[in-house]
Amino acid sequence: MADGDRFPPGTAVRTFHHDPPHHTRLPRYARGKRGVVVEPEGRAELADVSAQGRGDAPVEQVYAVRFAARDLWGEGDHHVVLDLWESYLEADEEGAAR
Amino acid sequence: MSGDHSDATIAQRVRRLETLLEEKGVLSGARLDEIIDASLTGASPANGARVVARAWTDADFRARLLADGTAAVRELGFMEGSYQRLRVVENTDTTHNVIVCTLCSCYPLRLLGPSPSWYKSEAYRSRVVREPRAVLAEFGLELPAGTEITVWDSSAETRYMVLPRRPDGTDDLGEEQLAALVTRNALIGTAAV
Repeated sequence: MADGDRFPPGTAVRTFHHDPPHHTRLPRYARGKRGVVVEPEGRAELADVSAQGRGDAPVEQVYAVRFAARDLWGEGDHHVVLDLWESYLEADEEGAAR
Repeated sequence: MSGDHSDATIAQRVRRLETLLEEKGVLSGARLDEIIDASLTGASPANGARVVARAWTDADFRARLLADGTAAVRELGFMEGSYQRLRVVENTDTTHNVIVCTLCSCYPLRLLGPSPSWYKSEAYRSRVVREPRAVLAEFGLELPAGTEITVWDSSAETRYMVLPRRPDGTDDLGEEQLAALVTRNALIGTAAV
């Protein structure tokens, strides 16, 4: 893992619950949800900014984050893994204690 | 925002963009053809099948493939020069993986060729993350109740490919014969081998 990655594998995280007026790669169904980091994927320009044609997109770590279907949909026994930029995530202290 | 995959609308928009690029002297049609050819050259599910057959017959390669998919497939000459990362996810007796792109249609094109139209459909993209077991059953893949399913939704620069389970009774087959068994849908996770 590269230096400066905020969320090591196994970290409980929560996604932001935002609804920006521009392109984002945080799908609606995964907003404000609890998940667990699988692994860092490498750094990439934040698509929310680069998709606006701006040259000043921050470069952030992207993480594979695993969600339980029950936490996303209220039902189901499968998991969904999404690739999420670091700024979509915050540490989930409550989730870590569960 | 990125949900519209109506072929007619997209095709119209693409034609209009091509015309504008040429009119404004940004890009010639010939140069555009070269770029498209370069990205599609050799893109075929036969590539993914070769990777799978090698993983089934070479345990060290399999370990490297699961640890760092991009580096491992480059050993076989695939994904040279690609900025994308490949992550290979392995099916076992108790786990099954399936890939999707709910936001648009991200797909490991170089290893699987152009994506099938159902992969880009609203129905597949919206349903497989919510009820994968039902969707897979509609593809004819009935998984045991105890099988854990993981759906990989490609929302950034990683492309996913499934490493299917090697079928029983194939101990005598060589790498080429094994590769011939691997279908595109098995590499997406909507079929078994």
